[in-house]
Amino acid sequence: MNLILVTFIVLLAFTSYYFGRKKALVIQSSQRLTALPKFYGYYLAAWCAAPALIIFILWSVFEPSIVKTFILQDYTDQNLTKNELQLIYTKVKALALGNYSGNITNFLDASADKYIQLKGIANSAKVAIILAILIFSLSYAYRSVQKNDRMREPVEIFLKWVLFVASLGAVLVTIGIIFSLLFEAIRFFQAVKFFDFIFGTHWYPAKTFVRDGQPDPELMKDAFGAVPLFAGTFFIAFIAMCVAIPIGLLSGIYLSEYAGRGVRKYAKPIIEILAGIPTVVYGFFAALTVGPFVKEIGNAMGLEVSAESALAAGAVMGVMIIPFISSLSDDVITAVPQNLRDGSYAMGATKSETVKKVIFPAALPGIVGSILLAVSRAVGETMIVVMASGLAANLTMNPLESTSTITAQIVVILIGDQQFGDPKTQSAFALGISLFIVTLFLNVIALSVVKRYREKYE
Amino acid sequence: MSKIKAENVNVYYGSKQALFDVSIDIAEKEVTALIGPSGCGKSTFLRCLNRMNDVIEICRVEGSIKMDNLELNSRKLDVVRLRENVGMVFQKPNPFPKTIYENVAYGPTIHGIAQSKEEMDQIVETSLKKAALWNEVKDRLDEIGTGLSGGQQQRLCIARAISVSPEVILMDEPCSALDPIATAQIEELIDDLKKEVTIVIVTHSMSQAARVSQKTGFFHLGKLIEFGPTDKIFKNPDNQQTQDYITGRFG
Repeated sequence: MNLILVTFIVLLAFTSYYFGRKKALVIQSSQRLTALPKFYGYYLAAWCAAPALIIFILWSVFEPSIVKTFILQDYTDQNLTKNELQLIYTKVKALALGNYSGNITNFLDASADKYIQLKGIANSAKVAIILAILIFSLSYAYRSVQKNDRMREPVEIFLKWVLFVASLGAVLVTIGIIFSLLFEAIRFFQAVKFFDFIFGTHWYPAKTFVRDGQPDPELMKDAFGAVPLFAGTFFIAFIAMCVAIPIGLLSGIYLSEYAGRGVRKYAKPIIEILAGIPTVVYGFFAALTVGPFVKEIGNAMGLEVSAESALAAGAVMGVMIIPFISSLSDDVITAVPQNLRDGSYAMGATKSETVKKVIFPAALPGIVGSILLAVSRAVGETMIVVMASGLAANLTMNPLESTSTITAQIVVILIGDQQFGDPKTQSAFALGISLFIVTLFLNVIALSVVKRYREKYE
Repeated sequence: MSKIKAENVNVYYGSKQALFDVSIDIAEKEVTALIGPSGCGKSTFLRCLNRMNDVIEICRVEGSIKMDNLELNSRKLDVVRLRENVGMVFQKPNPFPKTIYENVAYGPTIHGIAQSKEEMDQIVETSLKKAALWNEVKDRLDEIGTGLSGGQQQRLCIARAISVSPEVILMDEPCSALDPIATAQIEELIDDLKKEVTIVIVTHSMSQAARVSQKTGFFHLGKLIEFGPTDKIFKNPDNQQTQDYITGRFG
């Protein structure tokens, strides 16, 4: 039903576009047009589709809750709680749709009939109202077209609003995500003290899980200490950067300053392919290839190495991040004006002196920006750690032991069964928002550094 | 006395020929101006004199360019040594994004000229004085060079070029980005500098060529049309094309 209605509106809008354009061509024979003929078409189409679609959307949003209010009116005198009312409504709905399998009481039966009836009324009312609106708005718009009113401005204003609504949507979704993280995190912090979370050194949320009951508050104190996770996150990111910064930066310098055009043409896309490999692939590469390899080498040297080591995960993550650093630093180095290079060469500086003394310092802010972006990428990386570095949150600084990160723990918490009101589940939101704050902070610094760099050569 | 002697220089960018059989004698401790319409090859020729064309991958130079009997257009030439001897000032002022002091000290540092901090201070001071910039910047040597005005930046670049005491300075339209007052200062500076160094200047301004130079070469479509004393070129040129260009009838 809804699909037919929407299709009808859209088809009508297309038709009215052609109709409006044709009408404009007719007007053209007797008087000067106020805009190009296609604007007449846009005008009619916009007036046709926009009001009807807006009403349609609003109707679809509000209809269920209005129907629900009507149904539950019959139950107001029974002093039921909110949850019980919700349950009744769910039952009524299921019964009306014919997939209810419990006891059918008279009361329920009556409500289900009422539900079907209300739905029917609502549907016909919707079609009637939308058709009325279509007729009204189209005839209004058609009269404007006939009078040869100005067409360009209304169309431009309409487009502006379309663009505004699109950006508003994007912003609202972002705000919504942040708030949902925030509210769940606040509920978590009602169960677990903020300082126990920030400064606690034991992370073992499974300990608090008690089936169908409230966990012991004493247990809560020592189960949600995020320090091992923060330490693990930054430790693995640090190992990754130890791999990615030297290789990425040096290859960026090679590509931008030394490589001939032929080499650059092939080498740059190949390095960028590294960025296109799915992280899952990196993950099992780390777990199945690099991890055992590191263990073997370590054992040969007489060291005790865990099969899932921070070193393996960090090193593979570093490889993943190389293209970020090399590609971005290649770009910022290439952006250093040629006349600075000329100035240096003309003084008799060699290539390496020019790179070291002129180009690198000039590009440094941009390079720092690219490194910070890479760090925030490393901090947020999940799959590699889940697969290669284990899930036990050890507080360790030994790269040969396994450790875990914030992202990996969120995965652990949310796979399998979970209860929504449980602090264990809610801790994922607390971890999520702390991770968000860390990466936001890094991104803001990175962007402001890059921006300052851009202003320098304006 | 001849400082640089170019014979039958041909320059190609890929398959396109930019210079045709250019032969020229540049005299020592004089100012030689190269004039001509845009794209006539005068900057290309200038860049042959300190091998800056090496930076351009597709550029190929043929012919012989001798400076004090040293062949410049040779694979064996030590380009670093050559550029220490032949400084260059560019069209757009291009100080490094470093302090004023570091800008001037750049050349002496990479060529290992100064033995001590005092010596370096001395070099920086004399270079800035010769570039007529010392009085304006002596109290702010640790400020960033790119923060100076356009004319000051160009004089800083000249100070940078003379810090390694070159024998030749090449100037590629050094005043085209400057206002008339800054231009006058640079021209005055060129007049002073020619007592010690040989200067080759490419310029679009014919009045500037007439004011600062002793010899003038007129380039057109990659060929050196006429070369001679500035007075003669401007007052009584042999070639009709030169005459037309100088009087503003074409170009």
